[in-house]
Amino acid sequence: MKPASRIAVIDYGMGNLRSVAQALRHVAGAQAEVLVTGDAQQIRDADKVVFPGVGAMRDCMRALDAQGLRETVTNAAQEKPFLGICLGMQALFSHSEEGDVSGLGILPGRVRRFPESLQTEAVGGRLKVPHMGWNEVGMVTPHPLWAGIADQSRFYFVHSYYVQPDDVRLMAGSTAYPFAFASAVARDNLFAVQFHPEKSQQAGLALLGNFVSWNGKMT
Amino acid sequence: MGLAKRIIPCLDVRAGRVVKGVSFVGLRDAGDPVEIARRYDSEGADELTFLDITASVEERDLILPIIEAVAAQVFIPLTVGGGVKEAGDVRRLLNAGADKVSINTTAVLNPRVVAEAAERFGSQCIVVAIDAKDNGQGGWEVYTHGGRKATGLDAVAWAEHMQKMGAGEILLTSIDRDGTRNGFNLPLTRAISDAVGIPVIASGGVGNLQHLADGILHGHADAVLAASIFHFGEYSVQQAKAHLRQQGIEVRLT
Repeated sequence: MKPASRIAVIDYGMGNLRSVAQALRHVAGAQAEVLVTGDAQQIRDADKVVFPGVGAMRDCMRALDAQGLRETVTNAAQEKPFLGICLGMQALFSHSEEGDVSGLGILPGRVRRFPESLQTEAVGGRLKVPHMGWNEVGMVTPHPLWAGIADQSRFYFVHSYYVQPDDVRLMAGSTAYPFAFASAVARDNLFAVQFHPEKSQQAGLALLGNFVSWNGKMT
Repeated sequence: MGLAKRIIPCLDVRAGRVVKGVSFVGLRDAGDPVEIARRYDSEGADELTFLDITASVEERDLILPIIEAVAAQVFIPLTVGGGVKEAGDVRRLLNAGADKVSINTTAVLNPRVVAEAAERFGSQCIVVAIDAKDNGQGGWEVYTHGGRKATGLDAVAWAEHMQKMGAGEILLTSIDRDGTRNGFNLPLTRAISDAVGIPVIASGGVGNLQHLADGILHGHADAVLAASIFHFGEYSVQQAKAHLRQQGIEVRLT
C-alpha cells in the first residue's frame, strides 16, 4: 500500500537527522513515508517538510547555499506543512546575532543570545547557557499541532540563542528562561519550535504525530 | 516555574552489555541496554548516559549498535562517553544516535579535540567529564584514566578552561566519593557549578534520594547522575523526582 503522504526531512549537513527521522517514523507508521534528503526535487515533491538543524547559524546558511537549497526551503516554508526545529526555526528569521548573519528572512525578527552570567532567583543563582533540559511550553495560541498536549507540558531544549519575532502574533509557544521567549512560532502552513520534539518523549511524539496528520491550516 | 533539574541514570557498558547489577522486575535480560533504557524512560528519566568501559579498542565499536537500537526506541537525550580520542569518534557516536558525547582523558591529553569537536558539531553536544580528587589543601585536582593518573590541574580552573574551549556541559565526578554511597562532594560541585556558565552534572557517591536533592540545593548542580541506587532497584526515578519535588526542586513529572 502506498503511504498517504511523504515527509521530507531536509538534510543539509547540519547535525544528526537520524533521531528526527526515527521519531517521525515511529509516530507515522504506515501513514507517511519519511525521507531524509538533500535533493531539491525530492523536497519539492514531498507533501510535508521538516527543517531540523543543530550548530551555528553561519554554518547553516553556508550549508544551505552550498547545496543550493535556499530557494527550495524558502518555497516549502510558504507552500506546504512545514516544521522547523531548533536551528531550523532560527534560520527562518531575518537576522542572527550569532556571527551577525542574515537568515532566510521568511519570518521577520531576530535571533538573540541569552545573556551570560545573568543572576537569577533559581537555585544556584546563575543563568546557565546553553539553556539545556526540560522546560515548560505555554501554548499561547491554539493550534492543531498542540492537539492533545497539555498546556505547560515540558519539552527538551538545548540552545544558546532564541528568536525574537517582530510580530508577537507569530508566537505560538512561550517559555521562561528566565524571561519569556518564543519557544514556538506559527504562521499559516508553517510551525517552528526551539525545543526538540524528537527528544521530548510523549509530548514530543504527540506533536510530531500531529504534524504527520496536519493539513497545514492554523485551525 | 521554569527549567527542571534533571535526573540522569548512568549505565556502564562493556563489550555491548550493561554491566553492574540491574535488578528490574520483569526484565527478560538484565544486561540488555535497550530493555534497561526503555525501563528508565518509562520511569521518567530525563536523559540517559552510557559509559563505555570496554578495555580493548577492538571491542569499542560494539557500543554503536547499542546506541542505534536505543535511539530508535527511546526518545529522550542520550549521552555516550568512554574512549573518545578524536573528533572522528565524536562523529561516529553522534551518527549512531547519541545526542551528546562525553570527553574525559582526551580533554586533558589533547584539549584541542574539545575545541575541534565543539566547532564541528556544536557545543551543545560536547560534554567534558572531569574526575576530581581532594588535594588536601582545600582544592581539587583533575585525574584521568579512570581516576588513576594525577594531572596537577586544578579542577575549578580546568572546568573554566573547558568552557572556553567549547564544552557545553560538565560532567563532574568526585573520585573520593564515587562508590562510597556517602553523597556527592558538595563543596567541589558547588565550586565548579558557580565558576562556570554552562550546566554541571553532579556524579559520584549517591546512596539515597536526599543526596540527589543536596547535589542540587547545596551543590548547585543542574543535573544529578546516579547508577547503583537505580540499578539495584532501591529507588525508581519516579521516587527520586517525588523526593526532589518535596524539597521544592522543580522536576519534570510524567
